[in-house]
Amino acid sequence: MVKQLSVFVENKPGRLMEILRALADNMIDIKALSLADTTEFGIIRMIVSDADKAKKVLNNDGVVVRICNVLAVAVNDEPGALMNTFEILSENKISVEYMYAFGEKLGNSSVIAIRTDDMDLAAERLTDGGVTVLEGDDISEM
Amino acid sequence: MSYFQKEFECMPREKIRELQSERLVWQVKRMYERVELFRHRMDELGLTPDDIKGVDDLPRLPFSYKQDLRDYYPYGLFAEPLKNIVRTHASSGTTGKQIVVGYTKNDLDMWADCMARQIYAAGGDENDIVQVSYGYGLFTGGLGAHGGAEKIGATVIPMSSGNTQRQINTMVDFGSTILCCTPSYAMYLGEAVNEAGLRDKIKLKAGIFGAEPWTEDMRRAIEDSLGLKAYDVYGLSEIMGPGVSYECQCQNGMHVNEDMFIAEIIDPDTGEVLPEGEQGELVFTTITKEGFPVIRYRTRDICSLNYEQCECGRTFVRMNKPSGRTDDMLIIRGVNVFPSQIEEVLLKIGEGITPNYQIIIDRENNTDTLDVNVEMTESLFADDVKSIERIENRITSDLRSILGLGAKVHLVNPKTIARSEGKAKRVIDNRNLHD
Repeated sequence: MVKQLSVFVENKPGRLMEILRALADNMIDIKALSLADTTEFGIIRMIVSDADKAKKVLNNDGVVVRICNVLAVAVNDEPGALMNTFEILSENKISVEYMYAFGEKLGNSSVIAIRTDDMDLAAERLTDGGVTVLEGDDISEM
Repeated sequence: MSYFQKEFECMPREKIRELQSERLVWQVKRMYERVELFRHRMDELGLTPDDIKGVDDLPRLPFSYKQDLRDYYPYGLFAEPLKNIVRTHASSGTTGKQIVVGYTKNDLDMWADCMARQIYAAGGDENDIVQVSYGYGLFTGGLGAHGGAEKIGATVIPMSSGNTQRQINTMVDFGSTILCCTPSYAMYLGEAVNEAGLRDKIKLKAGIFGAEPWTEDMRRAIEDSLGLKAYDVYGLSEIMGPGVSYECQCQNGMHVNEDMFIAEIIDPDTGEVLPEGEQGELVFTTITKEGFPVIRYRTRDICSLNYEQCECGRTFVRMNKPSGRTDDMLIIRGVNVFPSQIEEVLLKIGEGITPNYQIIIDRENNTDTLDVNVEMTESLFADDVKSIERIENRITSDLRSILGLGAKVHLVNPKTIARSEGKAKRVIDNRNLHD
């Protein structure tokens, strides 16, 4: 499993930019990013080169951040590969809360970040089913 | 000029003073015997009821405060056993707990006199059709106006507040001639009547508006849009309810019902009585109230008193429209709101830590709006949208149940609420309610 940063942002012009600037100024690389939005606020979810450092940097700027674990799964870049991954989750009645893709590939694989209702079970069953579940070190080398 | 009770309303000033002295002596004696807190405060000052011989001794008496009602909630300050209390009303206190007042049959009768005098002063009588669009219930507005209108023998329409379309239909169909509601609701009704093109179909001649601050500009706008003469009525449930003071056709200050209430103006900091005509905090003593009487109750309203005789012939002192408060109470859609109530809700949500917040009050389409911005904190934040929306909804529903008002809650980024000298400005009121 890998560490993910979740950041609260109010829906106002410039808010997202401030966060990105703070990360850029501290040479923190964003590996994957998604934004969940409502009419009033959004949650930015990110996987970065150094999650703990990023949290410190953002906290210093008064930004509210939480760190939680997500599954980073390598999926072969071919039709049906993603479906196989989700078939395993579905068969085990594991519910997916959200997912998003990494910007870069790992070899010939795309990397997907997944948050489920039972993270440990998901990691175990995916590994048993032959899916590559990545760890923090794999990601920082990307 | 018509008066409902000329013998009181036009009583010579010396006579008023004599009557007040006599009634004050009676009330002090009675309360000393029956209200523990009052007796305790008198004892502390080394005073006995015998020391109080008349109005001149009033400044020697101890003050009473809104906090007292909270401390002795619900019935601890009543001066009559509950079997003699025939009605209660309640309003919000400075924090979660409401405050309760009680009335004997005689109290309700005198309250009805207060509002009857107001309706007469506005040119009303038994031939009128009075539409009461104040809220009915624990709030004193609805039943207060209702009692006065019934007392003069007018035809009362107990509409209560809300449902504007039905208000207007009723106004047209029943031929309402006098409207009682909050001034902001009168503004709203005025616009709605004109938009519906029904201005020619309504028969209103007078409006009795109170329970919230309003300006002379609003008065003119209401008078223009509804084609009536607008009167300002003042009151608070701790003293009686609407009708503590009332405006006459001169529209130049509200006559205090001095046969029932003694008004004083004090310096809110020192508690000293201020010279006649000076502006300060308004203090009331109820000299006829039986159920829930008060001595020198601090209203926190800032105004001045004018003892010159009014052109209408009434001799009762006139108070001008309060120009502000000595505390931070806000009146939003006629409801009393203290920032501390909002803070209490947030403290609970933040599990002991109050998140930074800001209250923004504005007026849109003549209706007050209440927005509460709450800075996000790490303990409130969660990784999923649902949990955050749940927090937002919980704050909204807790505010609704504590304040009795709908508020729009916005979760905002930390440190975005402006601070001056490190302290956040808690309340921004954009309404311009005072002239």
